[in-house]
Amino acid sequence: MTDILFEHAKLLDPEGSVTTGALGVTDGRISAVITDDSPRPEATEVIDCNRKHLAPGIVDIGVKVCEPGERHKESFGSAGLAAAAGGVTTMVTRPDTDPAIDNPETLEFVIRRAREAAPVNVLPMAALTKGRQGREMTEIGFLLDAGAVAFTDCDRVVTDSKVFARALSYARSLGALVLGHPQDPGLSAGAAATSGKFASLRGLPAVSPMAERMGLDRDIAMVEMTGARYHADQITAARALPPLERAKANGFDITAGTSIHHLTLNALDVADYRTFFKIKPPLRDEEDRIAIAEAVQSGLIDIISSMHTPQDEESKRLPFEAAASGAVALETLLPAAMRLFHANLIDLPTLWRAMSLNPAKRLGLDCGRMCVGAPADLVLFDPHTPFVMDRATLHSKSRNTPFDGARMQGKVLQTFVAGRSVYKKD
Amino acid sequence: MTFTHRHLLGIEHLRPEEIVTLLDLAEEYVALNRAPDKHKDALAGLTQINMFFENSTRTQASFELAGKRLGADVMNMAMQASSISKGETLIDTAMTLNAMHPDLLVVRHPHSGAVDLLAQKVNCAVLNAGDGRHEHPTQALLDALTIRRAKGRLHRLSIAICGDIAHSRVARSNIILLGKMENRIRLIGPPTLMPSGISEFGVEIYDDMAEGLKDVDVVMMLRLQKERMDGGFIPSEREYYHRFGLDADKLSHAKPDAIVMHPGPMNRGVEIDGTLADDINRSVIQEQVEMGVAVRMAAMDLLARNLAAVRGAA
Repeated sequence: MTDILFEHAKLLDPEGSVTTGALGVTDGRISAVITDDSPRPEATEVIDCNRKHLAPGIVDIGVKVCEPGERHKESFGSAGLAAAAGGVTTMVTRPDTDPAIDNPETLEFVIRRAREAAPVNVLPMAALTKGRQGREMTEIGFLLDAGAVAFTDCDRVVTDSKVFARALSYARSLGALVLGHPQDPGLSAGAAATSGKFASLRGLPAVSPMAERMGLDRDIAMVEMTGARYHADQITAARALPPLERAKANGFDITAGTSIHHLTLNALDVADYRTFFKIKPPLRDEEDRIAIAEAVQSGLIDIISSMHTPQDEESKRLPFEAAASGAVALETLLPAAMRLFHANLIDLPTLWRAMSLNPAKRLGLDCGRMCVGAPADLVLFDPHTPFVMDRATLHSKSRNTPFDGARMQGKVLQTFVAGRSVYKKD
Repeated sequence: MTFTHRHLLGIEHLRPEEIVTLLDLAEEYVALNRAPDKHKDALAGLTQINMFFENSTRTQASFELAGKRLGADVMNMAMQASSISKGETLIDTAMTLNAMHPDLLVVRHPHSGAVDLLAQKVNCAVLNAGDGRHEHPTQALLDALTIRRAKGRLHRLSIAICGDIAHSRVARSNIILLGKMENRIRLIGPPTLMPSGISEFGVEIYDDMAEGLKDVDVVMMLRLQKERMDGGFIPSEREYYHRFGLDADKLSHAKPDAIVMHPGPMNRGVEIDGTLADDINRSVIQEQVEMGVAVRMAAMDLLARNLAAVRGAA
């Protein structure tokens, strides 16, 4: 007997297209996908989707939950609620906490806290080097055993190439995925904006987007040298795309991500020093934004992340240079992505490949698919509902969103994890 | 009166006629400052607080004198010494000061945009006395007044700004102001001291002094901002002086009546030859200091009038 039957849904298949039909869920997994008039299985509960979109839940690589260390900014409870409300069914969390998640004990604490408090799946990443200092690799083997799904020092580049090469080789021997932050640390030191007329007018310390390409070039060479499995966390500059394309054509085990903010905002949005728009790497020019969106559509960039980074009011209410970087985005990821759909830059199946299927594949997960046997991690949403974003409505403890007051389209109606409803819009 | 702003945060938001209004009023104060009785009560009863988060002798003294000559109660706060070191945020400091009911707040801060941020949190008029590398509006206005008095006009002049453009808020404010008044602007300096995207500013760029200074009416030298540099922008001060320091020989490429300006404090023998700086036939550096007081009197007078209008309406 089927547990739930979603009827009259627009089924969004990341590997296919959008078709109207029904979807059955049994024991937390998808048990039927029906796109014609064939008879429906008998079900305990029937949900009439009212011709709204039903898609695999979002798999978000690079979420910062501030446990341990800064629970006042974000806890697994608050991040979990935000994720559920945003249609994110799997959070892949970052290790750039304080202290860093760089040993099995801290990782076990994180996994336990996530299980207790978060209504969605949480898969933690661990640091690549101890204390994210770039000097000694972490216990990659033990951390893998304890449940780490990938290794990264987040926005700190491992500058010592020897250390990085050894960590990549060692990770490769264990089949572990390493996330790099492609950025030349010398050029980008102290930068708060992307170099150009706007940064110069505002008098902000700036970095050329070339720093990203230089970082990527180095990392690609290291991957060629070590054969490691590598994912570039954020590609945000058009200049970084040709080397990425060549590396992929050469058959290296490389994937690339980008952030939703770099896809939907540009450098001018900073306007009069609005610190909620200060992110890392800094927002780019409009030409870069378009080029990156096109690269997502073509599949060159594989993954879109929220790069959810909670910061409290105190760390943002400072002069731009001194203010902390980062923005919360778990709840705004889907409506922001709808901007790309409505602007005809990226179609819905491609968006869901980038936000759900590709991250799942890269991490070896079986979610992100609309097929029988896949976990029933689902999001029911309407891509057209207009609304004005009010940051007071966010579930995150920190509400540093650049979309406050913005007109957006697209609302999550209900979110399911393993067939269980974890969020329902009132 | 065509000057409608609540604050003076930068030149960027001023219209040309507002600049002219301010300069015209400043002319009146030049006359007042040269008279034996240098007092007027335009700011009588008002409280002016000078908050300097960065060292300053000249600008702070100029603002203090301007306020006192117009009858304001002036208080100076050296901010590095007090709350900053105790970890108080800029906003907290602003709120604390705001509770003391100041009318004019003069602020200098090492971070670009800090004065804008502060202005959003207080209900008095705020004057930017320099924020990071962003703007230094009263310096550009006093430079404009100096040029207008020396050249008889503030338009269709060829003006060279030389040296450390990248780290200079004075350069930014001057480029904006002189551009608004329809002058031809040349920037001269090594590429390492040019800000990014500078070619989109509507200026001509040179890395050779002789070429850049050819036939200009005004030569503005900038101070090499050693304190804002994290190393390696120029090979050495002596090479810099050789290539970009202003001396009589390089100045000979400019028009014979070209004036020499410098916002001070000068590094003699680094960006400018000491003898040339003191040459009263070419250098207007002392006049710039004099104009500074008058321009700041005018700016505070105009803002105080607007403040009175706003408060009267409330």
